[in-house]
Amino acid sequence: MTGSLAQLPRLLALVPYLLQHPGVQTAEAAAVFGVTEEQLRRDLNLLWVCGLPGHGPGDLIDLEFEGDTITLFEPAGVTRPLRLAVDEALALLVALRTLSETPGLADRDAVDRALAKIEEAAGAAASPSQRVEVALEGEEQVLPVVREALERRRRLHLDYYVPGRDETTARDVDPMRLLLVDGRSYLEAWCRRVEAVRLFRLDRVVSLALLDVAAELPPAATERDISQGLFQPSAEDVLVVLALGPGAQWVADYYPCESVEDVGDGTVVARLRTPETSWVVQLALRLGASARVVEPPELARQVRTAARDALSAYSA
Amino acid sequence: MSAKKTERLLNLVICLLHTRRHLSVQEIRELVPGYDQGSEDAFRRMFERDKEELRDLGIPLETGTDTAAHDDELGYRIARRDYELPPISLEPDEAAALGLAARLWQSAPLAGATGSALLKLRAAGVDAPDSGGALEPRVGAGEPAFEACLAAVTEGRSLLFDYRASGRPTPEQRRVDPWGVVWWHGRWYVVGHDTARADVRVFRLSRIVGAATAVGEAGTVQVPAETDLRALVARTAGEEPSRSASVRVRAGAAWALRREATSVTPDGEGWDRLEVGYSDPERFADRVTGYAADVVVRGPEEAREAVVRRLAALTEEPVS
Repeated sequence: MTGSLAQLPRLLALVPYLLQHPGVQTAEAAAVFGVTEEQLRRDLNLLWVCGLPGHGPGDLIDLEFEGDTITLFEPAGVTRPLRLAVDEALALLVALRTLSETPGLADRDAVDRALAKIEEAAGAAASPSQRVEVALEGEEQVLPVVREALERRRRLHLDYYVPGRDETTARDVDPMRLLLVDGRSYLEAWCRRVEAVRLFRLDRVVSLALLDVAAELPPAATERDISQGLFQPSAEDVLVVLALGPGAQWVADYYPCESVEDVGDGTVVARLRTPETSWVVQLALRLGASARVVEPPELARQVRTAARDALSAYSA
Repeated sequence: MSAKKTERLLNLVICLLHTRRHLSVQEIRELVPGYDQGSEDAFRRMFERDKEELRDLGIPLETGTDTAAHDDELGYRIARRDYELPPISLEPDEAAALGLAARLWQSAPLAGATGSALLKLRAAGVDAPDSGGALEPRVGAGEPAFEACLAAVTEGRSLLFDYRASGRPTPEQRRVDPWGVVWWHGRWYVVGHDTARADVRVFRLSRIVGAATAVGEAGTVQVPAETDLRALVARTAGEEPSRSASVRVRAGAAWALRREATSVTPDGEGWDRLEVGYSDPERFADRVTGYAADVVVRGPEEAREAVVRRLAALTEEPVS
């Protein structure tokens, strides 16, 4: 994890950092502080001329950085970093509490000890962190088994519910990593049934078993880049256009849309791309009168047919 | 910030950390390079701005006088115990836990605050390893109002924002004394006391239109003791069942509904009967209507009607 700070707070952290790491490689220090080596050298040149009142040779910060390494001899009293600010303490403490409260994510005892130490070091800056809470969906039954499979590099057998087809499928998978995105846990794994990388939502795992077989990840099993979100629609996907009334506009917040246009009358038109459309039929049924499938017409027809079929059970 | 200014401010911090007694403004002018040029007025203005900058960084500037001082002008110093991060050391497993926790925040502002916090810890000799391991928890904070809500909550100030409530076409302005922000099932909420409605309310951050503004003095919002933020959000955003519906489900279908059922019994060839808890018929219809013909609601009447109404609205041919 690298940080990047404005120059003054950076220098105030850099001096004690160099004191703690005598002879550190210039490249490593630059990476830690998230700056280029050129910028780091400018920082060091600036430190060189700062120091205690009097600013004589014995008062200045003294350091050596001629080769590829840096050693600091005299910190001019800046021996410790500044205390954690409120937002810094909050970011660490809330994250640690979240790990502590979510079963199966981490070694809870170690998390709690780290939490107590950071809390104590933060002092008064710690208390606003009580005002922020993160509730993750801990999949208590499933997570520990998935973690064990990852740690021991073992294959898993999954009975997995596919809501789009409303059916449970059985498959063996070789786990790659566990993801927690937007409050949901996913297992990214090489699925041996379809011979491709798949994401499995843990709350849709009906049952699972740790197999006595080592996981085998082929070269094609590459982790997807999730920096832009979990699902990146492709141009080959079907374009679905939905007209969403006031009660249905959460759909535009919830699903990644290509565009969302307010057309007046409290209606927004959302355009999204998806590789398969059965979930859109389910969604449209759920939304009832508050939404309408505009495109493609075939999908609108499917919704009408499904609604008529379902309704016939009530008139019988 | 220019290098010259950074140099002056760094020298100022070193000087005020070094002094045991409060230094007068004139002493500071003599001791810190960069203050010696220009008029007295220009110096005073520059010093005022510099003090602000240091305070913005969280540097605790202490003002006061010492009995030995010959004039009654306020002096300055930085108390080392207020400035310095106290001693801290983590065992390897604790550092690993911190490294994992540091990956939780996906976006600004908390990802940035995490980075600068870890830098300070590293400068104190605590290295939290970047755990690129198998676990990758992520919590986003992409809502435009997040930063303002978080700041108002930590500073204890009121919030003013336009809110688009569910089912209403136009946003309304709300003034809220925020008690906390909560991440619940993939979304951020702010919980607080709504001034106009004189009651506790829960707001989804993604429904705040435009910017949220902090108003009032810091520290004015009082959070009642024993406030359970998560329970307040769960009550509003989630659902605690108070009634039970009876539904007929095709064998093998509607697994998610089966998981929530309180009982499952066979009901004729190829069908099961499920008892499912709910509290609101519309939210119940949210859960079951998508299963189409595979789920038939038997009762109570309010639940059955809610589903039938949605289905009936969809059977009409489009008017073209």
